[in-house]
Amino acid sequence: MKRDGVIRALLLGVALSAIFGLALITVFIFREGVPIILHVGVRKFFLSTDWDPSLGRFGILSMVVGSLMVTVGAAAIGVVFSLALAIVLTQFSPPGLSAALKPVIELLAGIPSVVYGFVGVVTLVPLIRHWLGGPGLSVLAASIVLGVMILPTITSIAIDALEAVPRSYLEGSIALGATRWQTVTMVLLRAARSGLIAAVILGMGRAIGETMAVIMVAGNALDVPHSLLAPVRTLTSNIALEMGYASGDHRKALFATGVTLFAIITLLNTAALAVSRRRVGKRRAP
Amino acid sequence: MKPMVRQRLAVGFMWMLTGITFAVLLFILAFILVHGLPHITWAFLTQSPASMGRQGGIFPMIVGTVLVSGLAVLLAAPIGVGTAVYLSEYTREGRLTSAIRFGSDCLAGVPSIIFGLFGFVFFAITLGMGLSVLSGALTLALMVLPTIIRTSEEAIRRVPNSYREVSLGLGGTRWQTVFYVVLRSALPGISTGIVLSLGRSISETAAVMLTAGSGMRLPRSLFDSSRTLALHFYLLSREGISMPNAYATASVLIIAILALNFLAYALMRKFAVKASR
Repeated sequence: MKRDGVIRALLLGVALSAIFGLALITVFIFREGVPIILHVGVRKFFLSTDWDPSLGRFGILSMVVGSLMVTVGAAAIGVVFSLALAIVLTQFSPPGLSAALKPVIELLAGIPSVVYGFVGVVTLVPLIRHWLGGPGLSVLAASIVLGVMILPTITSIAIDALEAVPRSYLEGSIALGATRWQTVTMVLLRAARSGLIAAVILGMGRAIGETMAVIMVAGNALDVPHSLLAPVRTLTSNIALEMGYASGDHRKALFATGVTLFAIITLLNTAALAVSRRRVGKRRAP
Repeated sequence: MKPMVRQRLAVGFMWMLTGITFAVLLFILAFILVHGLPHITWAFLTQSPASMGRQGGIFPMIVGTVLVSGLAVLLAAPIGVGTAVYLSEYTREGRLTSAIRFGSDCLAGVPSIIFGLFGFVFFAITLGMGLSVLSGALTLALMVLPTIIRTSEEAIRRVPNSYREVSLGLGGTRWQTVFYVVLRSALPGISTGIVLSLGRSISETAAVMLTAGSGMRLPRSLFDSSRTLALHFYLLSREGISMPNAYATASVLIIAILALNFLAYALMRKFAVKASR
């Protein structure tokens, strides 16, 4: 039928827009950012901690370190809570309660990041300043806030991974006389391992890309943080803080910061994809 | 330690962590609403801000938020649903579908600040739209597209095959089947995704800051700059302009998000009930 062919072609065009958008983003970010990296020198750009745009010095090492620190911190906090949530909701809580709590986790994902940042600044930061010392605006504060923010991402993927484990595995373990907890640690977590790892990696991708909440609680100082209580500036906050007034080489250097971020995220996503692919491959094997 | 004792301790500990998580969520919501709700008045919602937001209300920001987010979802929804229809109804699984899915997954992983940078250099500068409602909406549309694609595809795939067979058997064309049968029964699931995307674009700050700007006047056209609620809240609180107004703005934001999430949940329930029938 002719009309059907037209519709199919139209839909194909529409369907390609996601790829087209992604390509457009990549091209434009790299076109703006890469030349300045080459101009400054790859070594100097990535391995210098000297960021002073007014003097034309563009070294982003301290921000790379800062981003990695808060991301690892966030993952450490996020993983413990998310795993507990996912295990409780899939294994130990009554089904009715789980069904009621899952949308609440969705809600946690829906709260604007500025709100997280703000609540962090007015409640968490003074606590850290008072009890642990330092300025309060710190790696620790950013890690905790980000840890809470990535909870929904890790939890929902972890729940999917746990639910994908065949029931027969669990039943077999119980039938052999294991307790439910032994079944969880010895069978469930092992069977779902690659899915859980993918969940954590994707959560880290969320954390490293988060901007507004981090700006508010991290302190944004330009030094490499020497402790968990020191303030820190991440790649994302560097872009958001300076984009407003940047021009010329400075603006290009901010795009280059974006290129760096983009590369790290792509690396993380590819890793997550590779890990979850492996899981699929394993299942299919007899 | 005996296995049963260990189980009790471990499970107790995990319930505690679960409890803490929900307590934190409740605390965040309560903290904002308790401080903010008393400052929300009719005048606050319907007046323009004065002296940088120290006084007056947030009316232009409400309009700006509705325009930017509404337009974003309006643009992304047909594209997202169209992609989902193509992926699930019009083609076989193959290299092309996995490429499209891969592209959509990658797009979902791009951080919002990168969308902001892109929107700034592409829509605002290269296409000459400036910092405007339209630049912001187009950027956000791209950002929520993967969510709409994924949720729509899931909803469409859950429509039983017998529906399609009946429609085709009655002489319906493929398009008629898709439009009158498949899409109609997948509608609640698709709407859930769209509503959640609307919530996400309302919450977004970083991308909007770089593309829609922070103008405080009521936008008169799509090419005017417009400050959204989330950005207004950020600027009020970060620059210490007015704490009461910041709390009140955040409360409006939170109420909107709560309402949208509730709507999404209700739609999903409707879908689940329908599917189980």
